[in-house]
Amino acid sequence: MDLLDRVLAGGVVIVGDITLSIAEVDLVRVSLRALVTSISGLMEAMDDPREYS
Amino acid sequence: MTADGGWVWMYGVTGDNAEPFADGVAGVGGVGGSLPRTITAARLTAVVGDVGDREYGEAALRRNLEDLDWLARTARAHHTVLEVVAKRGPVVPMRLATLFASDAGVTGTLQERADDFREALSVISARSEWGVKAYAVRPADPAGEPGHQAAGREGPATGPGAAYLQRRRAQLTASKDARAEALASARTVYAELGRFAVLSRLYPPQAPDLAGQQAPMVLNAAYLVADERVGEFAAAVDDLTVRHRFVQLTLTGPWPAYSFTGDGDGPGPR
Repeated sequence: MDLLDRVLAGGVVIVGDITLSIAEVDLVRVSLRALVTSISGLMEAMDDPREYS
Repeated sequence: MTADGGWVWMYGVTGDNAEPFADGVAGVGGVGGSLPRTITAARLTAVVGDVGDREYGEAALRRNLEDLDWLARTARAHHTVLEVVAKRGPVVPMRLATLFASDAGVTGTLQERADDFREALSVISARSEWGVKAYAVRPADPAGEPGHQAAGREGPATGPGAAYLQRRRAQLTASKDARAEALASARTVYAELGRFAVLSRLYPPQAPDLAGQQAPMVLNAAYLVADERVGEFAAAVDDLTVRHRFVQLTLTGPWPAYSFTGDGDGPGPR
């Protein structure tokens, strides 16, 4: 989801009175929507014609 | 905690000449269902909200930040307030979940970091963020693909097995060439659009959604574009879409300048 990824990735980082940072949260670090994937890995999918309808 | 056992959620910072809620704050919503308000200090205005300890205290936060639904709802509420403020002038978004025990913490932050906030505001003034993504696609006309001609040169196959193998080789060649084309297009598109922007930022491509777009993402970029150049920028996206047939482009915006006010830390771009 575009909005979630953008909001999580951005903004000024200032340590407030609660020091838990979203960067420490596993879900955010390995976000279902922002997996760091190599481009060539994604492109392997293109070898299978069935990827395209 | 505040006197009533809550916390102060910080959305963002704008200039002190801003009246972000001059049109009223009803209907704006806010994190935790609490209407936003402002705190002014050091010629800056912080937009904040009051949230309860039960859902936003440290223990609760640790739990809730692992809940994708809670995260999505909270990010949306955070964003909605920033969007309203951004309509009236530049606003520097705070990272999600920046919390203070009292207004004094917010005031102190404005005073300590006044120069940084003012610098950030000047960078984004009269500018907005726009997102551009590119997905690798196969053009509708396979005869236009680079691999097609190579396949034709093989000559007729001698039987169904050989015919299958020949077709498969042609498909793989076409795939490899289409892949190369898409990657080259992604690089070109990124650079071309950068000419219309004040700042550009590259994010890692995202893995395909289970329910959404299946085509591989080859570009995930954010641009800070002057408001008076947005028309040109959008026209450039349209033009590049036509010229680069191996990628499909999507444009989103305007966004508050999430990608151009942070420190580059955190879970986002590497």
